[in-house]
Formats: sequence, C-alpha cells, structure tokens
Amino acid sequence: MLRENQRRFRFDWLTIILFLLLVSFGYLNILSASHVGEITSYFDTSQLYGKHLIFLGLTFVLIILILSFEAKFYERFASIIYVIAILALVGLFIFGKDVNGARSWYGIGSMTIQPSEFAKFATALAVAKYISDMQTNMQTLKDQLKVVAIIFTPAILILLQNDAGSTIVYLAFFFVFYREGLQQIYLVVALSLIAITVLALKFGVLIASLVALLALLARYFLRKKKRASILQYLLVLGICVGFSYGIKAFYEHGLKAHQQNRISLWLRLEKDPAKLELMKKREAYNLIQSEQAISSGGLTGKGFLQGTRTTGKFVPEQHTDYIFSTVGEEWGFLGSVFVVLLFLTLIIRILYLAESQKSQFSRVYGYGVASIFFVHFTINTGMVMGLIPTVGIPLPFFSYGGSGLWGFTILLFIFVKLDSNKINEW
Amino acid sequence: MRKLLLLTSTVLVGLVFIARLFYLQVYSNTAYNIFEDSAIKKEFNYPKRGYVYDRNGKLLVANQPSYDVMVIPREVEPLDSTDFKEFCRLLKITKEDYIKKLKRATNYSPRLPSPFVPQLSKKDYAVLQETMRKYQGFYIQKRSLRSYQTTIGANVLGDIAEVNRRIIAEQPYYKLGDLIGNLGVEKTYENTLRGVKGIKFIQKDRFNKNIGPYKDGIYDTLPKPGKDITITIDTNLQAYGELLMKNKRGGIVAIEPNSGEILAMISGPSYNPNLLVGRDRSKNFSKLYRDSIAKPLFDRGLQAMYPPGSPFKTLNALIALQEGVVTTEERFSCSMGYRYGNRKMGCHAHRSPVNMNLGIYQSCNAYFANVYRRIIDKYDSPAEGMDNWSNHIKSFGLGGYLNNDLSVGQPGKIPNAATYNRAYGENKWYTTFTISNAIGQGEVLATPIQLANMAAAIGNRGYYYTPHIIKNIEGDTVPNAYTTPKYTTIDKRHFEPVVQGMFDVYNKGTASTLQVKGIEICGKTGTAENFTIIDSVKTQLTDHSIFVAFAPKDNPQIAIAVFVENGYFGSRFAGRMASLMIERYINGEITRTDMENFVLRHSLEHEYKKPYSNEPFGINRQTKLVPIDEKEFHNILKLKAEIPKS
Repeated sequence: MLRENQRRFRFDWLTIILFLLLVSFGYLNILSASHVGEITSYFDTSQLYGKHLIFLGLTFVLIILILSFEAKFYERFASIIYVIAILALVGLFIFGKDVNGARSWYGIGSMTIQPSEFAKFATALAVAKYISDMQTNMQTLKDQLKVVAIIFTPAILILLQNDAGSTIVYLAFFFVFYREGLQQIYLVVALSLIAITVLALKFGVLIASLVALLALLARYFLRKKKRASILQYLLVLGICVGFSYGIKAFYEHGLKAHQQNRISLWLRLEKDPAKLELMKKREAYNLIQSEQAISSGGLTGKGFLQGTRTTGKFVPEQHTDYIFSTVGEEWGFLGSVFVVLLFLTLIIRILYLAESQKSQFSRVYGYGVASIFFVHFTINTGMVMGLIPTVGIPLPFFSYGGSGLWGFTILLFIFVKLDSNKINEW
Repeated sequence: MRKLLLLTSTVLVGLVFIARLFYLQVYSNTAYNIFEDSAIKKEFNYPKRGYVYDRNGKLLVANQPSYDVMVIPREVEPLDSTDFKEFCRLLKITKEDYIKKLKRATNYSPRLPSPFVPQLSKKDYAVLQETMRKYQGFYIQKRSLRSYQTTIGANVLGDIAEVNRRIIAEQPYYKLGDLIGNLGVEKTYENTLRGVKGIKFIQKDRFNKNIGPYKDGIYDTLPKPGKDITITIDTNLQAYGELLMKNKRGGIVAIEPNSGEILAMISGPSYNPNLLVGRDRSKNFSKLYRDSIAKPLFDRGLQAMYPPGSPFKTLNALIALQEGVVTTEERFSCSMGYRYGNRKMGCHAHRSPVNMNLGIYQSCNAYFANVYRRIIDKYDSPAEGMDNWSNHIKSFGLGGYLNNDLSVGQPGKIPNAATYNRAYGENKWYTTFTISNAIGQGEVLATPIQLANMAAAIGNRGYYYTPHIIKNIEGDTVPNAYTTPKYTTIDKRHFEPVVQGMFDVYNKGTASTLQVKGIEICGKTGTAENFTIIDSVKTQLTDHSIFVAFAPKDNPQIAIAVFVENGYFGSRFAGRMASLMIERYINGEITRTDMENFVLRHSLEHEYKKPYSNEPFGINRQTKLVPIDEKEFHNILKLKAEIPKS
C-alpha cells in the first residue's frame, strides 16, 4: 500500500525547493522594502510585510488544495476554468474597482483580487487542452487562429482594463505554439519585425530599409535551389519598407507621450540634453532610482534591512514591480546573481520536466508555465536593471500582492501535480 | 531545434542579466562611499578653530561665526517668481548670479552640497533663517571664520580660505565649502588649529525628510576642538618693523639666536589681514594676487633671493681661519681694487694694506678676493677647493631649505664644483672665474631669513637653531627639530676676530653713524646691484640696501637681516632699520629718533615707479630722496603711537 502511494505521488522536490527559496527570499525583500521604522511585529497586518506573511500562509493551504485534486481534473475542467476566468475579467467592467487608472480589481471588503493574475493559468490550461486535442494541428491556419483566439480573448480584455503590462505576458504562448509545431516562418517574421522596428526608430527608415535589402540579397544569392521569384522578393522588401514607415509613424503619432518617452529613453533617441534631462525627470525617475539602488549594492550589498535607498523609499513601487532593486542594494551582486540563477534553474527545470511528460496536455501546460515565468522574469528584471523599456509587471514570488502570489503558485503547482502523475500515464 | 528555442532564450537572458549586474554593481561601482549616497544626509559640526597668541600672550587671531548658504542642486525645486525675487534679494544676488551659481554647483556635483553664497553676515542670516524652509535644496551651514585682533602680521598669520577641488581630491577630509589655512601659520599649523569636525549621518526618504539617524548613529562623531598655538612673534616688534617698512619694499627677519625663535618677520608692502575675511575675501584676495608689481603676497623676508653682498664676507673670513690659510694679522694691499689677469674687481678708498679686522669693517673687496683665492687654492684642484668651501657655507643654513614651519620659503643658492663644471665644462675653470663669491655676488643667492640665521650662527659663535615660528601648542610640545642646535663647520675659537670686525663696523666702519647708545651691536652692511628688463633691454636699477646684525655682542638676544629694495647703500635704509629694530627690541624704546624720522619720512615709491615710467632715469647717487608729505607723515606717527611700549 505504501509503495503504491509512493508510485502515485512522486513530486518533483527540486521545483518545490526552488519555489520555497523564491518565496522566502521574496518575503525578506518585501520586509525590507515595506518596513517603516522599527519592526514591532512580523504579523502586524497594518503593514504590507504582515499582510504578505498572511498571503504566504494561505499559499500553503492553496498548495495542499491543488495537490489534493486528481491530476485528470485539470485536463477535464480546463475549458470551464478558462470560461470562469474570462467571465471574471468581463465582470470587471461592471463590478471592478479603479486603482491607478487600471480597472483590474474586485474589491471584497478591504481585500482586493486581481483576476488577470488568475487568468494566466486558466489560459495555459485552455491552450494545453486545445493543442493536446487529437484533431488539432498547429500547422494549419485554422487551428492557429483558434488558439490565438484563446489567448487574445483574455489579453484584449486586460488591455481594455488599461493594464498593458499584463497583456504582453500572453505573448509568452508564442513559445508554446512554436514548440508544438508552428511554422518557422512565424519566428523569422517576428524577429525581422523586431529588428526593423529597432532599426527604424534608432537609425531611421532608410537604414532599416537598406538592412532589409541586404538581408534579402544575401538570402537570394545564398539560396541556389528553390529560389522564389524576384517579384516575391520585391514584395517582401516593399512590406519591410512599408513597415518601417508604419512603425515610425506609429511611434511619432500613435503612442501616448509617456510611452514614446520610455522608448526614446531606452533607445537613447533624444539628443538635446535639456529635453533629455526633462524626459529623465518625468519618465525615468523610477528607473534611475532603481539603477542607483542596484548599483550602490556593490559586490556584497549593504546587508539585510541596511539598504539606505530602500530604507529611504527612494524607489517608488519598490515592494511590487521594483522589488529586484532591493535585492540589488541589500544583497549586492552575489545576491542578485543568486536570484537570477534561481529563476533560470526553475524555468529550465520546468522545461526539462515538460519535455519528459508522456501526456501532451501536461507537456503543453508545462511549456506554458515555463514561458510565463520566462516572460515575467525577463521583462521585470530587465526593466529594473534598465535593459528594457518600462513595463509594469510583477516578478513572480517576489513582488508584493496576494493575487499575484496565488496566481503564480496555482500556475506552478498544477504543473507539479500533473508531473507527479506522469508515472500513471500510459 | 524546436525544443531549444525557449531553453536558449532563457540561458541567454540569464547571461545578459548577470553581465548587466556585473556592470552595474561591480564594474562601475567604486567602493560604497557614504558621502556620495544622497539617501544619507551629512550634517557637519565644525569645531572651534584654535586661537593664535603672540610670544607675550597677546591674542592675535580669534573666531567669529559665519553662515554659508549651501545648495544641493538636484534637490532644488523651481521657485515661483515672487519667492525667487525674494530669495535673490535676501542673498543680495541678481537673477543671473543665481543661475550661474546653480550651474556651477551642478557641474561640480548634483548630489553633493556646494556653497551657494558663502559667509553671510549675522544680520542677513537672521532674516534668511525665517524663510529658509521655503527654498528646497538650500540650507544654512554654520562655520567659524577668523577674527583678527590686529591689523599687522598678515604674512605671518596667513588666512583661511575655501578649499579648492584639488585639495578635496587629495585630502578627503575636506568637503566643498570647508575652510583651510592658506598662508602663514594658518597653513603650517592647519591640522593643529582646525581640530576635527564632527559628523552626523541622517537617513532621508525620497521626499528629503529625515527619518532618523543612519544605523542608530554608530558612525556619528563629535567635533574635536582645534588647539590654540602661541607663536614666537613679538607683536610690538613686528608692528614696529611694518611701520619702518611703510612706503618701501623689502623684508626684515629677526631671530632670537639662543632659541631660533622668529621675533619678527616683515614683508613690505604688507596688507591688513582683515581684508581676507568675510564675503569680500575673494575680491580682495584676487586684488592682492593680481598685483604683479608690488606683489604683496610675496613674502620678501622668506622668498626673495638676492646676492647677499658684503655680509657674506664674514663667512669667507671664518672659513679662511678654519682652513688656516690666513692669520688675522696677515695683510693684503688694496689700491682701489683687486687685479687678476687683465681684470679688476673695484674697491673704494680706504687705508692699505688691510688685515682681517680692517677688511671686515671697511668691507675691502681686495682683501676678501685674496682670502677667497687662498681658500680655494689650498687644494689640488679648484673643484676640490670649491666643494670644500661650499660645504662650509652650507653649514650656516645657506643654499638649501631651512625645513622649518613657515608656509613658504626659498633655498637660495650656493655654488659648488658641479655648478661651474656645468657652466664651463669639467675642470675648464679656475678660481678667478668664481672670484665674485668672495664678496657675496656672482652665483650666491640668499633670502633675508637665511641671512638673519647666518647672523645668529655668528652671534652664537658656531651654531644655530632652525628658525621657527611655533612657541607653544596647547597640550603638545614643539618638535625637537627646533630645539637641538645645528653646528657649523667652523670652530668656536675662530669667531671672535670676525665678531670683533662686525663690532667695528659700528665702531669705526661703514655703520659708524648707526650706533645706539648702550647696545653693542655687531653688523655688516651690504649693497646688491640689481637689474630689470625694460623693453627687452637689461637695465640697472638703484642698488638694494642690505644689513645683517646681531646684538649685544656677547650672548646676543637678537639677530636680524634687513633688506630694502632699491634702498641704495647698506647703511642708508637697511642699516638704520636694523639698528632701530635692535634698539626697540632690547631697550623697548627709541633714542635715535633722528634715524627713526629719516626712515619714516622717506618713501621709495618713486624708485619703484621708474621702470614703468617710460622715461630715462638715473640710479644710485643720481637719485634724490623724496620725503613724504606732512599729512602722510602724520598718519605714520599716529600709527606709531598705537604700538604699545614694551
């Protein structure tokens, strides 16, 4: 009987240990970033760190709950969970509460819940369910459109609630689609468009077009067999040039001033020092403070609760989106690299487990989990270090907030459950 | 391949992030410096700067509070126009000044405090303090400024000035706006006088609000007050010397021979030390600094190097006796000069032949040319003789820095064999090439303080103490480098004939008109030719007047060197001034009022104007003495009356 049990529940302890390390280190940094003066009680619920401790406690209840369901439950109820999540997002338009211009929360008493954090795992389940369907073929345009519809529905709802950051996360599913058979041409097109965007904004339309021309010429001459007609090449070139113009025009006229400034700062487009100074003051205050805090940590950091910039609350939103700057200041290069390595190990571990799944549902879901963590980690940390323009999304398990913590926990532990069940799959 | 996209992206992102972190935290991060951390406010608490007393306990330099308006540029919030106008009015600056000053401060550092308007008066401070909180990024730093209790001794006392960026880079103790000793004892005893400032570290939040001491104040320190010092200067003598130097340029240094203490140190023209205090300091300082003709900041007692002329002959006499190349009674003939080869060094009319005593008190050039040749030619080669001579001279503190506690100084110049080897080629020169050294001209240069020290060494019969200015440091001792005698290479027994010769200078020689009743003064006149360049023509000016003396003859209490630019022959100005200084110091009052009146009544300003007059002019005996007008003389007498009798 005991052996039977062991066979039926083999949890991946490495993932669980990584999770525990992340949430505990995350808690310490929230404590640093949110405490004001003396810490009288760690359970003081009037303080953010006290609240977060309660969220953490509830997280473990949640984990037990998730693991106690049958693994098959998640596959079977994927569509229903997805529909509930969509309804919750739609409901925001009627019952939602405005916070900082984003209508992303339900208020229940003093508590708030952000459905978009839960929509991620629901979408991941739905995508896994759809792709793992025997009749789905990711190579066909029809199925591609359908699966895109699955991710665009929540993404667009969230965008309409003015939470552009969370919308970007849904692009993570591109990795899943690609893994499951999406044609290579999509990858090429996506990378080309990114390259043209950057080139057109940084160096102008002419240079972007020239680079496109050179790339096409190279392709034409390197590829001796199965050459497409010159006309097709010209068409592609035309699209590239058109896109360059389009993106430039969009940047200049389509974006809001603050979005334009963020990109301008990122690509260092502004040359007038006076304007640049003003722009920095307006748009890059957080970023500059965050970089300064990280930089001032040096090799070993100033020590837990000893960060002068953290204590002085120099970085706005430090306990949420900018929590990594606390790590940088108080734990230094060593601590920051430790966190980076924790995330890398977690993502790679999930990828490894996903590939070893016998059921396609589990694999696709696992891939979705890894992709979502990857996008969150990359965008959040990249932004805090000043590598990526400002996009407001949380760092999983680190940023303050119950909804986020629970959303990521559910996301991860459904996969832990699915993985523990692979031994029973045939 | 499809499996690898996310994996490689993950690894790539990880590597880029670690590289970025390395760049931010390790590569571009120099060690954490709390002074650069804008999250921590540094509050300095400046200690009292030590007082300066003279040798008789008279307070010379005390303190007064001063208030600097400081700015931290990045914390400055734009002011609305009424506030802005009000602020400028309170600070007494224009709008352009405001912009310029803020820009300057920003260029230095947007994060660190810079002085915005230094040294407000107490009244301005009282008004400003009321409204200061309105002006974000500005605050008032209290400091202590000097308050001079005297109008004399500017070159002795020095001043304190804001540190410049070079000093801050070299000595991190100083922050922008701090004050540091600039000249005089303020500079040399900076570390003693300034004490150590206290500091408080205060954690701020991003609204610039104090949220408590940083790390519970474990790094905070209390200020340590500066120590008071007593200097060796006799204020009354100093004041009298400055009075004598009025309307003249030159230097006087008086030393107490049995201790090396500097009794007075005068440089003319002088200035009032109070000019270098307060808001007008920089204006006044640059005025003094830019005066490239009178050079009031150039300490002529310490920095002016001149051929010492005749007083130098006494050393040659001493060396000759030490080397045994002449006896005191050996005579040399002099017929208006000394001939060597087909050249001649001129001399004036006096008795001949000449022994040592006569040679000194009549300052006979021919006598010393003979003596000098014997000194050098005693050895096999001129080079050997030259080096030996040079070492003797240097043992009197000439030809090198004195290494004392004065903020400025010059080494002078004493040649040796290498000097001539460089000029003429190895061993391609003879003693006669260097014959001018016999009479203190040629390649010899010395500063007045070196000559005063030389007089002290002769007065002491063979040793001296390094001339120094510190007498006493509160709770500390004077460095023993100043309390151990330095012996010359001349035996004690050779001094008496030379001292007698110098005594006879007063008795029957070139200074016989300068006698002071009741004081046995030994001295030596000197005259130095000098030249300037006018329109690229080397032009001779009236000689400098030089005098070196000590008194009394036995157990001297004072040794002095006086040097007056373009004062003509030695006894005319320098000799008179030296005698007066000696009388004033030893007797406390002046009996030779005739000499005093002569010095006070005559100005040499007309001499100093000659090179700039664009007209031909005469020198030395072609010039006439010009008395100052009665009104100015009256002022000088009034100043004289203010000096207390000692």
